[in-house]
Amino acid sequence: TNTCSQTTNLGIRGAMLFSVGVFLALVLNLLQVQRNVTLFPPDVISSIFSSAWWVPPCCGTASAIIGLLYPCIDSRLGEPHKFKREWSSVMRCVAVFVGINHASAKVDFANNVQLSLTLAALSIGLWWTFDRSRSGFGLGVSIALLATLATQLLVYNGVFHYQGLQYTSPDFLYIRSWLPCIFFAGVITMGNIGRQLALYEYKFIQEKTHQD
Amino acid sequence: MMTLREQLREKISAAFYRHGLLCASYPVPIILFTSASILTCCYPLLRLPLPGTGPVEFTTGVRDYSVPSHEPQGDLGERPDWYRGPPVAYIQQVLVKAAVSPWDSSLVTVDVFRSPLSRAFSLLEEIRNHVHSDSLETLCLQVTGLFPGLRRMQSVLPEHGCLLVSPGNYWQNQRELFDSDPDLLKTIQKHEPKGLHTSATLRDLLFGVPGKYTGVSHYNRKRVVTYTITLVLSSYDARFLGSLRARLKQLHPSANCSLRDDHMVHVHFKEEIGIAELIPLVTTYIILFAYIYFSTRKIDMVKSKWGLALAAVVTVLSSLLMSVGLCTLFGLTPTLNGGEIFPYLVVVIGLENVLVLTKSVVSTPVDLEVKLRIAQGLSNESWSIMKNMATELCIILIGYFTLVPAIQEFCLFAVVGLVSDFFLQMFFFTTVLSIDIRRMELADLNRRLPAEAGLPPPKPGPLRPREVPPPPRPSPHTITLQTPAFRNLRLPKRLRVVYFLARTRLAQRIIMVGTVIWIGILVYTDPAGIRTYLAAQVSEQSPLGDPGGGGLPPHLGVAPVFRGGDPTSTLSIHPAPDPTPLPENQSQGHHGSARAGPLPQAPPAVPQITWGAEDEEGWRRLSFRHWPSLFSYYNITLAKRYISILPVIPVTVHVSPQEAIETRHPQDTRHPPPPIPKVSADLQTDLTLYKVAALGLAAGVLLVLLLFCLYRVLCPRNYGQNGVAHGRRRRGDLPCDDYGYSPPVSEISPLLLRGHSMDIECLASDGMLLASCCLAGQIRVWDAQTERHNIDFNGCWEQRDGWDSVGGATEPECLGSEARGPSVSGDGLSEEEDSYPLRHRTAPARPTLFTDQPDLTPLIDTNFTSQPPSHLSTPPREGFDFGGLVERAYIEHEPPSNSTYPSPSSATADWESSVWAMELRGNLIAAGRSSGKLELWDAVEGSLRCSNEDGVSGITALAFLNNRIVAARLNGSLDFFTVEINKPLCLLQYRGAPGRGSMPPSPCYSSEDVISCQLTRSVQCAHQKPITVLRAAAGRVVTGSQDHTVRIYRLEDSCCLFTLQGHSGGITAIYIDQTMVLASGGQDGAICLWDVLTGSRVSHVYGHRGDVTSLVCTTSCVISSGLDDLICIWDRSTGIKLYSIQQEVGCGASLGVISESLLVTGGQGCVSFWDLNFGDLLQTVYLGQSSDGQGVRQLLVLDNAAIVCDFGSELSLVYVPSVLEKLD
Repeated sequence: TNTCSQTTNLGIRGAMLFSVGVFLALVLNLLQVQRNVTLFPPDVISSIFSSAWWVPPCCGTASAIIGLLYPCIDSRLGEPHKFKREWSSVMRCVAVFVGINHASAKVDFANNVQLSLTLAALSIGLWWTFDRSRSGFGLGVSIALLATLATQLLVYNGVFHYQGLQYTSPDFLYIRSWLPCIFFAGVITMGNIGRQLALYEYKFIQEKTHQD
Repeated sequence: MMTLREQLREKISAAFYRHGLLCASYPVPIILFTSASILTCCYPLLRLPLPGTGPVEFTTGVRDYSVPSHEPQGDLGERPDWYRGPPVAYIQQVLVKAAVSPWDSSLVTVDVFRSPLSRAFSLLEEIRNHVHSDSLETLCLQVTGLFPGLRRMQSVLPEHGCLLVSPGNYWQNQRELFDSDPDLLKTIQKHEPKGLHTSATLRDLLFGVPGKYTGVSHYNRKRVVTYTITLVLSSYDARFLGSLRARLKQLHPSANCSLRDDHMVHVHFKEEIGIAELIPLVTTYIILFAYIYFSTRKIDMVKSKWGLALAAVVTVLSSLLMSVGLCTLFGLTPTLNGGEIFPYLVVVIGLENVLVLTKSVVSTPVDLEVKLRIAQGLSNESWSIMKNMATELCIILIGYFTLVPAIQEFCLFAVVGLVSDFFLQMFFFTTVLSIDIRRMELADLNRRLPAEAGLPPPKPGPLRPREVPPPPRPSPHTITLQTPAFRNLRLPKRLRVVYFLARTRLAQRIIMVGTVIWIGILVYTDPAGIRTYLAAQVSEQSPLGDPGGGGLPPHLGVAPVFRGGDPTSTLSIHPAPDPTPLPENQSQGHHGSARAGPLPQAPPAVPQITWGAEDEEGWRRLSFRHWPSLFSYYNITLAKRYISILPVIPVTVHVSPQEAIETRHPQDTRHPPPPIPKVSADLQTDLTLYKVAALGLAAGVLLVLLLFCLYRVLCPRNYGQNGVAHGRRRRGDLPCDDYGYSPPVSEISPLLLRGHSMDIECLASDGMLLASCCLAGQIRVWDAQTERHNIDFNGCWEQRDGWDSVGGATEPECLGSEARGPSVSGDGLSEEEDSYPLRHRTAPARPTLFTDQPDLTPLIDTNFTSQPPSHLSTPPREGFDFGGLVERAYIEHEPPSNSTYPSPSSATADWESSVWAMELRGNLIAAGRSSGKLELWDAVEGSLRCSNEDGVSGITALAFLNNRIVAARLNGSLDFFTVEINKPLCLLQYRGAPGRGSMPPSPCYSSEDVISCQLTRSVQCAHQKPITVLRAAAGRVVTGSQDHTVRIYRLEDSCCLFTLQGHSGGITAIYIDQTMVLASGGQDGAICLWDVLTGSRVSHVYGHRGDVTSLVCTTSCVISSGLDDLICIWDRSTGIKLYSIQQEVGCGASLGVISESLLVTGGQGCVSFWDLNFGDLLQTVYLGQSSDGQGVRQLLVLDNAAIVCDFGSELSLVYVPSVLEKLD
C-alpha cells in the first residue's frame, strides 16, 4: 500500500503542477499578446485561445515534469533544499515570475539587447532570491536551452503560430533571446512549487514509516 | 575585517535595543507621530486624479479654437494637462430628426421610420459631396481596415476610406438595398448581440443616439425618428465645417431650434481595462493575496492575530502610499499604471521583516518586562533586518541602472517604498507590537488570578452529588471552539468528504467570492453600465409625455456638463415639450426653456419635432464606451488620449405622407398593426418608478446580505480569546452547522467504573490491565478489555469476575465471557500454567496473532510503544502532601458493586504511607509510597510479591521498563531497581495487543516465581531539586526536575548520558517515544525538542503563557497544553505552530492521542475529541450527570482505543469505536 499511496501522491502533485502550468501559460500568453493589441473586441480573445490550443497543455506537462524532477534530483543528490521553504516565499516567487513576464510584455525597451539583458538579470535575481541551489541552476539552464531549441525548431518549421512570438523578431543569432530567460525563470518557479509540494509528501512518508 | 563587521553588528544591535525601549515606552506619542508623517507624506496624493475609468471633459469655444500645442504652456488656467497636442479625431455629428408630417390615418406604423430613414442616404450624399476649398475626403479620418477577426462587422462598418457612420451603413449605404429590404427592424436587430451587454452596441454606433431615442420601432407614439450621421475628422477646418453647417441648415431648416453651436467638448479617456488585461491583473492580485495570507498566517503567539496582520498590511500599504506621495512631492509624476505595478511593489517590499520582528519578539522569554522583550527582540533581529534591507536596496539599485524608464520608475518607487517601509516598521509596527504584547500580559494576569485561586471550585453537598437526582443544568462545560462539530465518528469516507465540504462551506464560499469578484469587475470596468440602465428606465417616460411635467423644474438654459448616463441629470433635464406647433419661421433665438406646458395625451396629428437642450449634446446619453469601441474596431485606442466633439448640426426633415407611401415596401402594409401597449402613460411612469425603487431596495438588501456573507466568510471562527460566551453550546443542543444541518447522532456513552471511595490519584495501564489507586490507598485492578472490575486490593484483594481459563477446570466461574467473544487458547507455553486463571485478551478477529510467537527472551524488550503517553500527568511538585492525611483515614474496603465473588486475602501492606506513584507492567504493579518503599504487587492475585525499603524519601515517580524499575524520590535522587525472578522466567501467556499487531508482548510473571527487587544503583544527587517528571522509553530514562534541567540516563547501566539545559523554569512535562524524540515543557511556557542520541536541542519554542502541563507527540506533530488553557499543535520537524485551541478556563490539562489524527482532551466532567488535522471539535462526551467541579486530571489511552480517565472517585471508560475501524 505504501508504493500505491506514493504513486497516488505523485499523481496528485503532478496534476496540481499541471494545472498551475496551464493557468500560468494562459495568463502569460494574454500578457504577451497585449503588447501588440490595444483593445480587445470580444472576438479576438476566442481566436487567441483557439489557435495554438496545444500550447497550454504542453506548458502544463512541462511544468509537471519540472516540478517533479526538482525534488527528485534534490533527493538523489542528497542535499535537501532548505532555503526558504515556506508557501509565502513560493507565492513571492510566482509573483516575481509573473512580474518578469509583465515587464517583458509591457515595458518598452530601447532595443532587444536591452530587453534580453534585463530579463537575464531578473531571472538570475529570481534564482538567487528564491533558490540558490546549484542543481536548480543547472537544471534551469539546461531545460531553458532545450525549450528554446524546441521552440525555434517549431517556429521555423511553421508549425507554431504563437502570438507572443509572432510579434517579436529574432535578435540574437536568429534567436529571440528573451525566450531562454523566461524559460529559466519559469523552470525555477515551477521547481520551487514542486519542492514545496514535495515537502508535504516527504512529511507524509515520514509519517508512514513511523507508523510502520 | 571581521572585527569591523562585529563592531558594526554590535552597534546596530545596541541601536535597535535602544529604539525598542523607546517604542515600548512611549507608544501613543510614537503612533501619533507616525500617523502624522504618513498623512503628511500622502498629502500630495490629493492632487493626483482619482482612479477611475470614466472619461473627463474639457470645453472650449469653437470660434477661437486652435489645436493645442504639445508643450505645456505657462498659464494653464483650468486647462487640464491632458489637453495637449491634436486630438485623435474630431467628431462631427449631424443630428437628424425626421417625421412624416402631417400624420395621416392611412399610414401604417412602418411609415413612421421608413421614409425618414431613407432620407439619410440623400443626406449622406450631400455631405460626401460637399466641397469647400477642401473636400471631406481630405479632412476625414481615413481608416485602413477593420481589426482582423471582426468578420461580423465587415458588412456594416466602413472598411476603408472615410470613417463616416450612419444608419445607412446597415444597407451598405445603398438606397436600393434599403428600398428592397422588407423588414427594416429585423435588419437592425440582426446585428444586436445576444444577452446582456452594457457597452456600446452596433445600433448605438450607427444611429449615434441611444436606441430608445431613435424612434425606430413599432411603438413610436411620437412618430419622430432621430438619428445622427457621424463624421470622424482627422483635422479641423473651421471653414469647411461652417459651410457644411450652413448648407445643411439651408437645405433642412430647423425651426425652433435653439441649439448652441459655440462650444466644443474635448473628452479624454482613461486607460481602459478589458477582460484580457483583467485576467493577468486579477492573477497578480490573487497571488498577492495568497502571499499576504501565507505570510500573516505565521503571526502567532500574540494577543490579536488579526490586529497584527492588519498592522502588517497597513505598514506595507502606507509605505507604498508614502512612496508615491514623496515622489509626487519632488516633482515626479507617476506614469505607470498604479494598479498594475502595485502587487509587484508589495511583493518586492514584502512582509518578511514584519514577521521576523514579530517572531523574534514573541520568542523572547515571557517573564521579561514588555519593554525589554521588545528591545531584545528588535536587537536580536537587527542584523538580519539591516542585511536584508541592504541587499534589497542593492538589487533595486541595479535595476535602476537598466536605464529603461519604466523600470527606473518602478525602482524609484520601490526604493522610496522600502525606506518608508523600514521607517514604519521601526516606529509603527514595533509600537503596535508592544501594545499587543502588553495587552497580552494584562490578559494573562487577569486570567491567571482566578484560575489559580479557584482550581477546585467549592462543591457544596455530599461527596457524590450524582446520587441526588440531578437538576437540569443550565450551563454545562463544553469546549469553546466555535466549529460546526460532528458527533458521529462512524462515518463512511464518502460522507466524510461531503461533511467536510459542508463544514467548510467550500462551495458557498467559492460562489460568494466569485460573485464579489464579478460584481467588482462589473462596477469597476463599467461604472456607467448599470447606471445607464437605471437612467434609461427612469427617462423612458420622456417621449411619452408627462402630464405632470409642470411640476418638474424647467431646465436651465445651459445644459450642465454631465456624464452620459448620470441618472440625476437625466431626470433634471427632462424634455419640455412644445405646447403648440410653432410657425416655421419663428426666430431661432427662442429658447427651449421658455416652452413648458402640458402636452395633449393623444398623439398629435402633426408630429412634433422639437429641439431641446438634451439634443445639444446628444452624445452624452450614449455609453461612455461609445467612442472607444468605435475606434477600437479599427485598432485605434483612445486610452490616455482625447477626442474633440464639435457642436451638432441639427437637421429637421419633414416627409409628406405621399412620399412616405411611395417609399413603402410592398410588405410593409402586410404587417399587422402592432398591438398598442395598453398601459397608460401614467401607469407606466408609476411602474417605472416602482421598478426603480424595487431595484434599489433589492440592491440594498443584496448589499447587506453580501456584506454579512463576507463577514461570515472572513470571520468564520471565534478568534477573540475572550469571546467565549457565544461559543458555548448547551449540552442538549446538537451541534449543527450554520445551515441548520445536523448530522445523525450516535451517542458515545461513557462507562463508569465505580469502586473507589475517594478521589483517584494514580492510574496505570499496560493496555490489558488497568490499575487505579485512590487517595485512600486502595488499588483496584480492572480488566481494560471488558471494563470489569477485577481486583481490588489494598492489602486485601478480591476475586475477579469474568475470567476465563484455558482448561476451565480451575476456573470456578466464567462470567462475562460473552462480552469478549470466543476465547483463544495460548500455545504450549501457557499450557503448563493452566492451574492459574488465564486471561485471554484477544480480539475475535485476531487469532493469527498467536502464530508468530517470539523467542523466549522477553526481558530484552526494547519496543514499548504500548506505553501510554501520559500515564502520570500530574507530577508531584511543591509538597505533595495530601497522601499522609488520607491514608490514615483508611476506609474499609468496600465490596465493589459488580463483583460477585469477593474473596479477600490479606497481604502485608504498608498502611502508614500513601501511594504516590504506580506503574503496571505485565501482571506486576509497582507502587511507590510516600515512605520511600517500593512494592511489587501481583495484579492478578492481588498479593504483595516483594517490597524494597532501601530508600526513605518518598517516591514521586516511577518508571517500569523491562525488568527494571526506576524510582525518583523527593530528595532528587534516582534509584534503579532490578526485578529478578529466581525461577527461570517463563511467559505465562503471550498477550497480543489488540490494536496494533506489530507490538511486542508484555511479559507476564507467573505467581510461582519468587520475585525480588534489588536496588542496583542509586544516583544520589540526580537533580538539585525534586524530580518532577520521569519517563522511560527506548532504553532511556528521562528525568525532569525543578532545577530547570532534563537528564537522560541509560536504562541498562544507569549511566547519565546527557544533562539538557535550555529551560528557564522547572520541567513540568516530558514526552519520549520509540523514535528517540524527546520533548520537554517547562514552567517558563517553553517547549524544547531534543535529540536523545546526541543530546542536542532540535527546537525551542515558546508556546504557553504559564506552565506547560502536558505534552504528547504524534509522528508529525507535538501537542502541548498549558496552564493558559491553550492546546497548541506544533509541527514536529520544523517547530512551527500549526494552530492552537483555546479551551475554557480550568479545563484540565490532560491529553491523549488515540490515533494520528484523533486527540482527546479532558475537561470539566467531560472529554473532548478533536480532529488533529483541522483542529475541529469532533465530540464532547460527558462523563456523568454532574460535571461541576470534577475535572479530568488524568487521561489514559488504552490500546483498544478506549480512554480511561479519572472522574472524581470514579473511573470513566469511553470507547471510540470508529477509531478501531480506522486502525484496522
